[in-house]
Parts: sequence; C-alpha cells; structure tokens
Amino acid sequence: MPETTTNDASAGGRPPALAARRITKRFPGGVVANEAVDLDVAPGEIHALLGENGAGKSTLSNCFTGLYRPDEGTLAVDGVPVEFHSPGDAIVSGFGLVHQHFRLVEPFTVAENVLLGEHGRIRRSEAEARVAELGDRYGLEVDPSARIWQLSVGQQQRVEIIKALSCEAKLLILDEPTAVLTPQEAESLFEVLRRMTAEGRSVIFISHKLDEVRAVADRVTVLRGGRSEGTHVVAGTASRDLARLMVGRDIDLGTGPVPRQQRPTAAVVLRVEDLRATGDRGETALDGVTLDVRAHEVLGVCGVSGNGQRELAEVIAGMRARTAGTVEVAGTVLTGADPRAAHTAGLGHIPEDRLHTGLSPSLSIEDNLALTAYRRPPLSRGPFLRRTRFRARAIELMERYDVRAPGPTTPTRVLSGGNVQKVLLARELSSDPKVLLAASPTRGLDVGAIETVRTLLAEAADRGVGVLLLSEDLDEILSLSDRIAVIYEGRILAVVDRADADVEELGLLMGGDVSHLSATPARGSA
Amino acid sequence: MIRLERRVDQPRWLKVAVPAGSVLTALLAGAVLLSLTGHDAMETYQLLLERGFTSQGAFTATLTAATPLLFTGLCAAVAFRMRVFNIGGEGQLIMGAVGASAAGIALGDGPVVITVLGMILAGAICGAVWAGIAGALKAWANTNEIITTLMLNYVAANLATYLVFGSKSYWRELGGTGAMFPQGKPIAEGAHWPSVDFGNFTMGFGFFLGSVIAIGLFVVFRSTRFGFQVQVIGDEPRAARYAGMRTKRAIFGLMALSGAIAGIGGASDVGDTRYVLDPKALQQAGYGYAGIVVAALARLNPIAVVFVAILMGGLSNAGRALQGPDFPAGLVGTLQGLLLVFTLGGELFARYRIRRVAAEHAAADPADTPGGAPAVTA
Repeated sequence: MPETTTNDASAGGRPPALAARRITKRFPGGVVANEAVDLDVAPGEIHALLGENGAGKSTLSNCFTGLYRPDEGTLAVDGVPVEFHSPGDAIVSGFGLVHQHFRLVEPFTVAENVLLGEHGRIRRSEAEARVAELGDRYGLEVDPSARIWQLSVGQQQRVEIIKALSCEAKLLILDEPTAVLTPQEAESLFEVLRRMTAEGRSVIFISHKLDEVRAVADRVTVLRGGRSEGTHVVAGTASRDLARLMVGRDIDLGTGPVPRQQRPTAAVVLRVEDLRATGDRGETALDGVTLDVRAHEVLGVCGVSGNGQRELAEVIAGMRARTAGTVEVAGTVLTGADPRAAHTAGLGHIPEDRLHTGLSPSLSIEDNLALTAYRRPPLSRGPFLRRTRFRARAIELMERYDVRAPGPTTPTRVLSGGNVQKVLLARELSSDPKVLLAASPTRGLDVGAIETVRTLLAEAADRGVGVLLLSEDLDEILSLSDRIAVIYEGRILAVVDRADADVEELGLLMGGDVSHLSATPARGSA
Repeated sequence: MIRLERRVDQPRWLKVAVPAGSVLTALLAGAVLLSLTGHDAMETYQLLLERGFTSQGAFTATLTAATPLLFTGLCAAVAFRMRVFNIGGEGQLIMGAVGASAAGIALGDGPVVITVLGMILAGAICGAVWAGIAGALKAWANTNEIITTLMLNYVAANLATYLVFGSKSYWRELGGTGAMFPQGKPIAEGAHWPSVDFGNFTMGFGFFLGSVIAIGLFVVFRSTRFGFQVQVIGDEPRAARYAGMRTKRAIFGLMALSGAIAGIGGASDVGDTRYVLDPKALQQAGYGYAGIVVAALARLNPIAVVFVAILMGGLSNAGRALQGPDFPAGLVGTLQGLLLVFTLGGELFARYRIRRVAAEHAAADPADTPGGAPAVTA
C-alpha cells in the first residue's frame, strides 16, 4: 500500500499545518497512551486518525489542544515549533476541538455559547450576526437565538463547529463526530468539512469507522496500541488493509449471517404482547408491541433511533412502567416494573448506557461482576458477602471473557469501551439467562470489540438463549439475526426471516413505508 | 516541572500516610501562627497534650468530650457513604436525648440493665424516626435531604426547649428550684450509665457502646449485602436500580440507621454526662455539626471516626481547661479548622500523584508507580 513518507506530501512545499514528532504520553499505572507518534496534517487536508477504542486517538488529540501535555515530543504549527500549556494556547495557535461529548451550556443560546470563548465586551447581537454568517458560509444552519437544550444532537454539533470557527480555527479536530449522527446528518457534516478545507483550513477527523474515513478523508494515520501504524493516502489503500493495520490481524468485514442451526420448534422464551408505554416526556413510545423470541434464536429489532427501542428494552427489563400489555420471560409473567423480578425469571440485560446503568463506574470489576449475583449463594451467606469468592469469580470471568485490565480491583470507569462491554456480558451470560436483551451492544466499540461481542451473542443463542437484539445498525441486525422485526413509531411493522430479508425493503419499513407490504399481515406474525 | 496525575488506584499505605501527613502539616501551620502571635509553639502544644491527654484525669474528660462527637461522626459517616447528606445529626441527637430522658425518668430505679437498655432503645427510636422523616421524604418524594434534615434540626431544638422551658411537660422539674427556674427533671440515680475504670482513666459506657457500633458498621460496610448496596447506590443509583436493588428502601433504612446512632448519642448525653434533658447546653455544643467535621476527617471510615473523635474531643477538652489570659482562646478552634483544611487538602494527594518531570528526560519509570500496575494499552 502506498505510504507517504515526506512531511508535506500533499502540500506542495508549504509547511504542514500541524507537524507532530514522536509524541509520547503516559498515564499513571504504567499506561502508555501514545508512544512516539508522528503526524503531519497538510493545509487544506482532511486527515483521519483511525484506530480502535483505546488506541490513543483521543489522548493524541488532547495533546494537540493543550488539555494534556505530552511527556515527550514536539509540535510545530505552520513550521513554527509550539508548546501548549493550556487549551488557551492551542486556541491562539488556531486549533479548535469538537469533543465527542459536547461542551455546551444547555440553558444558554447558541450565540451565548459562541461568546463563551471570548474576552472583552459582550455584544450579543454581533455574536448572533456572526453565527448566522458562519452558518451561511459553511452550511451550518442553526438558529442563533435558540437555546442549546432545544436543539437536536446534530444541531448541537454544528454549534460546536461554529464555536471553533468563530475563534478563527485553522485546524479543526473532531473526535468521533458521527457517533451521535444519523447517516444523513453525517453526510451534511462531511459537506461542511469539505467547504472548510476548500478554504485552506485543515481537519483532523478521529474515527474508528472505515467507511467514514474512506468517504471523507484525504489521508489517514492508523493508531494501534498507542503507536502509529503509518500514514496512508486513503484513495490508494484498501479498506481491508486499513482494518488489518487497525486491529493487527485479519478480520471479517462481511455482513454475512452467522450460520446457525434453525430450530423453529424451540420453546418461546420471551413473549411480549400488546405492550404500551409512554416515554420520558409523556408521549406514546410503545403503541402495542407484540413479539416472541424462541430459544436458540436471535430476533433483531431494527429501526431508526427514537422509535421506541429504548422504551421497549426498559419495559421488558422492568426499568420502566408500562400502561398495558404483558411480558413473559421463560414462562413467568412479569407484573409491574421490577428489574429484580425480570432477572430472577431469567432475563439477562445489556443496557444501552453500559457504564452508568449496567455498571457502577467507581466500583471495581470484581464488585461489578457481582452486581446481581451478590444476594445469593455462593457469593453471600445470610447477610454477609463472601469476598474471596467475589475475587475468585472475577479472576475466572476476566480470563474467560478476555477482560483486559490491571486486575479485578480496577474501577470499571477506567476501562476502554470494549472491556466495559466484556465485563457486562461476562456478568449477564454467567447468570445463565433464558433470554438475553441486548440494546445497541456494539455502539461506539471498535472493530475488534464488535467482533467479540457479536461472537458472544451468537454463541449464547447457540447454547439455547433467546436473544433479543435492539440495534440501529442494520448490518449488525443482518449479520446476527435469525428473524428481523422492524419497529416504527412504537409498533412492530413486520417480522421477516433473515433468509427472506431484503435490505431495501427493511429500509423502507424503517422509514414507516408499508406500501409494499399490503398483501402480508403487518403485525402479529412474530 | 511538576505535574498532577490522577491515580488509577490508591495504594494501601496512602490511606495512613495522607491523614498522618495532614495532621502534621496542620500542627506545623498552627506553630507558625503561634510564633507569629508571640507564643512559644512547642510550649503551647506541650500544654495541649498534657491537658488533653496525659495529665491526671485529662483522658477521662477527653473521652467524655469525645463521646457525642463519636456518635454524630458515625451518624454522618453512615449517611455520607451512600451520598445521602444527613446534616441532621444535631436534631436527631436532641430527639434521642428527649426520648432517653423520658425513659430514664420513667424506668427510674429499676434494674440498671433494663433502664440503660430502655434509654438506648428510646434514644435510638426517636433519632431513627426523626431521620426517617427526612429519609422517607427523600426516598418517596425526592426532596433534598440536606434541606429537610437541616430544618428538622430547628424543629427538634425548639421542641426540646418547649418541653423544658415552655410547658409543664413530663420533662420539666416542677419541684424544688425547678418551681422558680425552669429546668429539666433529672433521671433517677439508678439510671446513670455505668463506667469502666482503667486505672489511669475512666471510660463511660457511651463511649464503649459507640466504639462497638463503629466496629459493627465497619463490618456492615465491608462485608454485608446491605453495605454492598450502600456502595452501589452511592456510586450510581441507576446501576443499583438496574441490578434490582430496592433503592428507596435502602435510602430510608440508611437514614433511619444514621438517625438511630445520633439518637443513642443523645441517650448517652443524658445517661453518661448530664443526667437531665438540657436543651440549651445541647444547642450550644453543636455536636451534630461537629460530627460532620469528624466524619470528613475520618474519610467516612467508622473505625477512624473513633480516633478522630478522641482527637477532637481532646482538643476541645484541653481548650476548655486552658482558657485564660496566657492561653490564646481561639487556638483550639483554629487548630481544628486547620486540621479540617489540611485533611481535605490531603485528599488531593490521595487521588492524584505528583510527578516531577525534567524538561528533557521525562522518562517515567513504570516501576515508580505505587502498586506497580502493569501497563495497559488495550
């Protein structure tokens, strides 16, 4: 594959907008987040930083924006050596950072948030005019007087970009910008980035998604385990090669179904009938959901985000009250909202918000692995815990599920996303569930971890667990499911066998278009 | 160049080294202050040590002063462990004293075991009910416990004052001088709590009981299912709910437990020390608020609360004994304040570590990591 070697490969002699040399950053506990990383970003270039979670992408970008100071290495901006002592220094040098988790003041307006980074007198009308002007120029339409909490996630991201541009950012760093966007929003973000680079600004685009890097970046630097695996021109490099560099081995990029023996006669382990519930704002979120999951199968529920998936998962798991309908797990009818009853009936649950709902972040891995089992033997006897068994169990599960951490007493909040999910899966699968409810189990994970999680889910189904998979990732649904249900506005529009599934048809259903279904019954076929 | 870095995990030795270092630093800062104001620091500390701990009868008085702090310190530590901020140790202690004095008067000269048990039980129940009000409001109506417990302190103080000074209640002495000057009715002699003579000093039953409770709490937090729940709910209530824990019940139960401990403190005040419900003295002492300081200094560890209570008790005991023209009256308060500031400041060192980095060779040797955690880059 073509590897660029010179510092200014695509810049025709101009010094790079950013030249980083041998950046090394260490953390306490012996963690080396970056080791001797070289990076050159040419003026007018979109440069992708590709790597798995925990590969050191965010740490590296934080070194560029003054949040961290590298232990070793040098930075040069437009050929001039610089040293950032604070984020302020980086802003002065023309660096703008858009965090994965936005740093906006929710009760403030868009214009007020843009003003935050500035000194001197505050002129609100001027700021509003500037927001409007920047929005116009780059296609970042957003109402300058709207308050942040009123905006969608995609719009909030635009505000972050406007904030950076308003500080005259010459180099914009975006940390996993598409993680929170719909495909359409992502495409319009890419358009904005192209307009910026056309003006000579540069962009560092951090991602772990190959197709995105391919769609938007000019060059890509791959990070693995904190080290650079080289910089490559995107156009001349195969996705498979990039993927291999990223994970250090060959991986299966295909979306072919996991082969599994069909057992249509297996018992129904999860029965959901005419389930109705309201969402957080009192709106109708579930409008009569009916579905069955049999042992030995994966039922994938796909749909555009916000069509009731979250509420469906919460009601089944007993974490949200329902207004009508029944939930039956392995023959036990669950009444009322009681997570413990659901768990006792045989439900394992991988919640969408893994770190804060599925786990207690400051507690150790060993405590988190015991989060549900602590109240029964062998982990407790009478009112007392048996701490030595906590430890032994943690060591065994960490080994079996390949959880990488300094030890069983490490708090879960310091783990990478993939390891967090492995801890959760280890706990839920080791409780021997009849049904496993997995909500967006691979969202935000890197390629290697996604593979592990999917394999674990498929293995669970092979062992006889009925898996209900909720995901917005259609590829994931297609690769794991035996049957696929489409959810739209709180209803199941259709359930199809994987073998009969047609991507285009599913896409139409996810958009609520049932015209091509006129001949088949829309509901109740599950 | 000096850098602060967050520790991934806290090594064991730090848990002793940081508080010890904080106390030393506070004493040093106090010494500087004393020298600046023209006192001989060493001599003053010597005096404090003598009158607080080593001289004849000093340790007995120190333990007496430490007893209420021990109870209110435990009360705060228990609740704060779950991030339930019970600021109401003050009111719960007063209610405990109200209940225990009634029991002490009623049971009178019966068998001492029955009387003492009755007083403890009455104190615990009254404290638990008082805290339970705020606990129930928090658990089922989502009210802010800081505000409710704080407000209930005033209600308790006024109620106790009314019982003794504003009414002809069961608690008020109506005969003797009590006919002229409002005062509480003393409990019978037989209801006075026993004490144990250790030769050099005497330990009241209250202090002994508090220490036993502290050890019990240590075990509860360390190795019971309830303690585990408290830990999870304190860290992440959503995860607790997800795991099927009865979080509302736990909040209520923990508040009641916390209040019961303060209530026993109130019982001890009546049974060990004053033998009467004395609302004025209780309000003036402010044991409840001092208990929060004790809990903070002990970093919410129940065993540490025992020692911190002795330290704080010793300081105030010595301060009382030494007050006079030669001794700076504000010194004890200042020292206690310095202790708090430096201990909380010391937290920084417990959570972060400091690394000196030479400009060129910033070679970080993983071996100097306390605990020697292996490298993780995954």
